[in-house]
Amino acid sequence: MKPFTLLNGLVAPLDRANVDTDAIIPKQFLKSIKRSGFGPNAFDEWRYLDHGEPGMDNSRRAKNPDFVLNQARYQGASILLTRENFGCGSSREHAPWALEDYGFRAIIAPSYADIFFNNCFKNGLLPIVLADDIVNQLFKSVEGNVGYQLTVDLEKQTVSTPDGQSYGFEVDAVRKHNLLNGLDDIGLTLQHVEAIKTFEVKHKSTQPWLFN
Amino acid sequence: MSVKTLYDKLFDSHVVREENGTALLYIDRHLVHEVTSPQAFEGLKLAGRKLWRINSVLAVPDHNVPTTNRSTGVAGIADPISRLQVQTLDANCSEFGVTEFKMDDVRQGIVHVIGPEQGATLPGMTVVCGDSHTSTHGAFGALAHGIGTSEVEHVMATQCLVQKRSKSMLVKVDGQLGHGVTAKDVALAIIGKIGTAGGTGYAIEFAGSAIRGLSMEGRMTLCNMAIEAGARAGMVAVDDTTINYVKGRPFSPKAEQWDAAVAYWRTLHSDEGAQFDATVALKAEDIQPQVTWGTSPEMVVGVDGKVPSLDMAKNDVQRADWERAYAYMGLKANTPIEQIQIDKVFIGSCTNSRIEDLRAAASVAKGKKVAGNVKLALVVPGSGLVKEQAEQEGLDKIFKEAGFEWREPGCSMCLAMNADRLEPGERCASTSNRNFEGRQGQGGRTHLVSPEMAAAAAVAGHFVDVRQLV
Repeated sequence: MKPFTLLNGLVAPLDRANVDTDAIIPKQFLKSIKRSGFGPNAFDEWRYLDHGEPGMDNSRRAKNPDFVLNQARYQGASILLTRENFGCGSSREHAPWALEDYGFRAIIAPSYADIFFNNCFKNGLLPIVLADDIVNQLFKSVEGNVGYQLTVDLEKQTVSTPDGQSYGFEVDAVRKHNLLNGLDDIGLTLQHVEAIKTFEVKHKSTQPWLFN
Repeated sequence: MSVKTLYDKLFDSHVVREENGTALLYIDRHLVHEVTSPQAFEGLKLAGRKLWRINSVLAVPDHNVPTTNRSTGVAGIADPISRLQVQTLDANCSEFGVTEFKMDDVRQGIVHVIGPEQGATLPGMTVVCGDSHTSTHGAFGALAHGIGTSEVEHVMATQCLVQKRSKSMLVKVDGQLGHGVTAKDVALAIIGKIGTAGGTGYAIEFAGSAIRGLSMEGRMTLCNMAIEAGARAGMVAVDDTTINYVKGRPFSPKAEQWDAAVAYWRTLHSDEGAQFDATVALKAEDIQPQVTWGTSPEMVVGVDGKVPSLDMAKNDVQRADWERAYAYMGLKANTPIEQIQIDKVFIGSCTNSRIEDLRAAASVAKGKKVAGNVKLALVVPGSGLVKEQAEQEGLDKIFKEAGFEWREPGCSMCLAMNADRLEPGERCASTSNRNFEGRQGQGGRTHLVSPEMAAAAAVAGHFVDVRQLV
């Protein structure tokens, strides 16, 4: 996993609540057996005018001029600003894979769906929770200022605006550590092999039917 | 001894270690399907890791499988990318020694139908699957939730998940559900009340006399939809209904283990006086058959209701959401639900494809005909065994005589990864779980309902209160 430390990036606004993972990456792209290459199909149904299928040359497809991420001013954005309950629905990790592959490294929203939130941390993508009024203010700033950038400092747990405003955010200490250092969860868990084995022996003696 | 919720009991009994509020949680059952597992198996192979406990894993292809003729097996999947995904699952299971119910196995079906059907889901278990509807298995007094592919790989390699405790929510439904009102209606009514983010951060326990009165099929429908309320896990305490369902299934405890298992399972309920972080109460008598009108399961009303108007929205964000939903769904505010005409009907999915669901739909369809304006009415059983049972009971004949298509088991048009889908603009009465934009096919319009209500809409050609038909 790519470490996440400090990010200074262009912000793109997606002003919708309850953006679900079917919208982030439609089901037909879930047929892939790979982990990469989902970026060109992120938000596929909103982003293109035609119906997308795996294997198409996405660079030749007509883009929907009304979809905000297609606007020239938001090209190269690495921070996605959006609304409440982002990432609701399916557990597909293809959603954070698609966002990360598109170029996003951080998301700012008032709230997220649990499974999506969890999946982000496994992929070097930082989901930041800020209060509704701050998110409202950021939407105004982004829409009113072409090239609007924010600075995300994970170590300090702050989001800073160009005019020097700084907002703190919460992040779980373990997740922060892993993200800062790009650590693989499996490797960390396997440091506790003995504890797992000990638990397993005890568990099997009390509920042997679980091991049939 | 301290007073505990069911969630606490399930969580505590699986903690391998816990530090600063983050636990390593032991996983008893890992269900696997073809869509969210290939990258996990690949990760294991790249790192040279093995499965920690092979017999905890049960695999089945369900999302990509065709629901039409299966006689040519995997080779018969027309879409080469879908075919490769199913073949990849077959190859991975064979390489790692995992039990898999392949496409030609009568036990094949939707992962959340076959787990309980086989007794592979048991009370007291931790159950995970790379699928958000894993919450279904909580119906057995198990702690069950969906995980992402990185976590699938993590569980395969370590038999554990890194977990923080959820908050606990008690959803209590007391009273007697009315005639024609089902577990699906209860689920949708709850989501209508608390919203699709209402359960975010919580594990929900469903309780109360109306829940106790539900069959296991009904409880599975309810827990299945917990995720649509934002809760990763939903659960129901163990009682006789649970134990009677589990008894005698292939993976259930053997005779010599049975009594000890039952004695333990009887403890799987919230203790008297246990504290919940939130409580929601509904009266069973107030719940009507529900129909979603929009593009989120929380956009739902009773069948006698209307598409709500913008002045009923709680804020600007919701108003904008509703305006987009009207446009996408091709509906106007204040349209009576019963005036909404449909093009297709889908009876199936991990929410409503079990034998009881099919019996209920068949009882409405019996002796009637699918309306002329309905282009396609599909019945997709949840598993090969459900299909077999339904055919023994003659349900297939009832459906076919009424003009429904009787298909092979799989996820089918719930998410349209196979060939079963809506065309742009088509409107569907669906017993599935999500009415998101494009869920059943790009531009498709989904209305979520119970099996009874779907069958009633099929024969009427529009939504209709099933209580007037039966």
